[in-house]
Amino acid sequence: MSTPENKMGRREALKWMAGAGAAGAFAPATLAQKVENAGTPTRSATDPNLVKAVLDWKGVLAESELKILTALCDLILPKDDKSPSASQAGVPAFINEWVSAIYPIQQADKLVVRGGLAWLNTESLRRNGKDFVDLTEAEKTGICDDIAYLPKAKPEFAFGALFFAKVRDLTSTGFYTSEIGMKDIGYIGNVPLPKFDGPSPEVLKHMGLA
Amino acid sequence: MPLITNSKTRTEYDVIVVGSGAAGGMTAYALAQEGVKVLMLEAGRNYDPVTETPMFQLPKDAPLRGAPTPDKPFGFYDATIDGGWQVPGEPYTNAAGGNFMWWRTRMLGGRTNHWGRISLRMGPYDFKPRSRDGLGLDWPMNYEDVAPYYDRVESLIGVYGTNEGLENTPDSSPGVLQPPPKPRGYELLVKKGCSPLKVPVIPAHIAILTRKQDYLTLPGRLHPNNPKAAATLAAEMKKRMACFWATACGRGCSIKANFQSTTVLLPPAIATGNLDIITDAMVREVTIDKSGKATGVHYIDKETRRDRHVKAKIVVLAASGCESARILLNSKSTLFSNGLGNSSGKVGRYLMDTVGAKVIGQIPALENCPPNNDDGASSIHMYTPWWKYKEQAAGKLNFARGYHIEFSGGRRMPAPGIFDGLEAQTGGAYGRKLKEEARRYFGSFITFAGRGEMIPNDDCYCEIDPNVVDQWGIPVLRFHWKWSDQETNQAAHMHKTFAEIIESMGGKTTSPVETDGRKAIYRPGEIIHEVGTTCIGADPKTSVLNQWSQSWDVKNLFVTDGGPFVSNADKNPTLSIMALAWRSADHIMASMKKGDL
Repeated sequence: MSTPENKMGRREALKWMAGAGAAGAFAPATLAQKVENAGTPTRSATDPNLVKAVLDWKGVLAESELKILTALCDLILPKDDKSPSASQAGVPAFINEWVSAIYPIQQADKLVVRGGLAWLNTESLRRNGKDFVDLTEAEKTGICDDIAYLPKAKPEFAFGALFFAKVRDLTSTGFYTSEIGMKDIGYIGNVPLPKFDGPSPEVLKHMGLA
Repeated sequence: MPLITNSKTRTEYDVIVVGSGAAGGMTAYALAQEGVKVLMLEAGRNYDPVTETPMFQLPKDAPLRGAPTPDKPFGFYDATIDGGWQVPGEPYTNAAGGNFMWWRTRMLGGRTNHWGRISLRMGPYDFKPRSRDGLGLDWPMNYEDVAPYYDRVESLIGVYGTNEGLENTPDSSPGVLQPPPKPRGYELLVKKGCSPLKVPVIPAHIAILTRKQDYLTLPGRLHPNNPKAAATLAAEMKKRMACFWATACGRGCSIKANFQSTTVLLPPAIATGNLDIITDAMVREVTIDKSGKATGVHYIDKETRRDRHVKAKIVVLAASGCESARILLNSKSTLFSNGLGNSSGKVGRYLMDTVGAKVIGQIPALENCPPNNDDGASSIHMYTPWWKYKEQAAGKLNFARGYHIEFSGGRRMPAPGIFDGLEAQTGGAYGRKLKEEARRYFGSFITFAGRGEMIPNDDCYCEIDPNVVDQWGIPVLRFHWKWSDQETNQAAHMHKTFAEIIESMGGKTTSPVETDGRKAIYRPGEIIHEVGTTCIGADPKTSVLNQWSQSWDVKNLFVTDGGPFVSNADKNPTLSIMALAWRSADHIMASMKKGDL
């Protein structure tokens, strides 16, 4: 039931995502120049084209940072028998997009993420004499277990825990707002229906309402 | 001059309407359908929901997955254009200690494009609050005076809900409401949890079509003596589809299933040939003649940045409560040195918002739920109307007015921040365990949001800030604000009640439960129900407008937005704004026929 414009918007967005995956970052502004809005005046940040969204900023993270980030994201949400890993769902590119935005929240997150990625590698070198990306799964987990939960982290790992919590939240956002993540947790909406049936008998039973 | 209609502007109109949202759209519709020549001025750009609404776009299609930003404070896909808490180049200020937030938008249809569609009638108590408890102000008319217009508006825009016969929660006339959608699972669970607490949970009243409107008979009922108007409406009503149970209403609706001025009011009004619209027209002043009658308005054409003047026999301000007050206060002359229509000194006074507070609960019975499509009508299907009138009358509560409860939850489309805070639930899980926890917790959180009545007070008002103008050279508003104990006590009661409901459901609160209402209450303006500032009343000495929203001082000047409100019941104001606007329009036409205007 989507209009032709909507379908076009989806296709453009898919291309945009494809570009993002290939580049290891997200699409440059060239696509933005191709996508025009018909019938409305000049676009601005407060009046963007909602049907055919474009991104007009570039990723700031260096290749070396993205490698650490990718390893960390996949530790946070690894592949399992139900869904692919965070990086397979494009999460590192999303986090790069996020921390590269000009807004205050994202700028603050940029400091935590960048500083944290460097902190993580330093911690890795200190413990194991290797870069984080070269660690074994067990070695990576050894560090992450120390920073996985702020209330239980030792004082010297306070920043590490704040950083880990930030990346876990961003990884969850990136993963579960992707189609892969939506499928994983069983979001089955966003489809037109002829009628709304409410909860199924199975759901009612699960809730103790049957 | 960007006209969205085909006809050229006339040299003079019967009526100028400033604003195109709920108030302006309704006023223009009612007038144009009866042959009145109307010129509408909208400060924002033209907007077409049919082609501009992102109906099925996913978070991944948007920058930052659609997260809120200062440029798009309700998220990327929110319909709001050039607005939010700030409009570029159009500031407002707060007096020391104040923190009022003013949501505006600059687009055809105004805030009706993104609003929550909650459409509750004010009841008999709400029109006479002072008579009932000695606080605040009475309206000059009764519920019975407005009830027929509620029926008409609900029939025109399409509202789902039921008649429950509850105290001060009016029934609609038979056949007016559309059937409500079935409750979602979590809404049934809330109802069960509320039952032992004797908190009612009933279908909400929402301006979304659950079935196609009866375009063959409804238009004739709405315009019984005007077959042409009925035919015009029928042709446009036929184009609206019923909800297909997907995509968020805040984005707007390209199939016209929910109410927006731009899909429901403006198309038939334009089709009459009696309405011209100029967009990007920022009105700054109402002009008058030597006798003190309104002659038209000055506006800034935003494209050329030039001043323009247009004339009409009657001027209707429908620019939103505070914006209309701003225009009046900026319309100074030797006759009206205090601002136009302000002999009472009340323009800008009695600014109100809605009391808001929320608590989030995590409900184990909703964990690991089998997949189910909870999108529904986007808005709430069920709600709790205020249920403690008797306790209040008996003096058992430390606040005088009521609130209703909206519950949001379910397995809805994931959005940024979806699992922020899950670490506290899971003790910092990551890895495969985090994936399992996400599956377990998805859809198990419910937000209980209270929306309560604020009582007007002398400390909450707006005035012109003498130090600041906007980019169009128009002096801006400065806000003053102070909650009274009435509001903060109510907010504390909300938190206590929501925690009780969550406990009754076997859940746990996951956001703070405050006993201090000052910590529980949202910021002033944050609920975006700002009303008042051009108060209605029975006495010209103490009010700005009479019961027809007509200026006491300038009889061919009207204000039909939220400005006339002298109470702000827990009933979200949009429906009442439209009912009162239609009533005013009928009065305008009756007065025109009599030659009074």
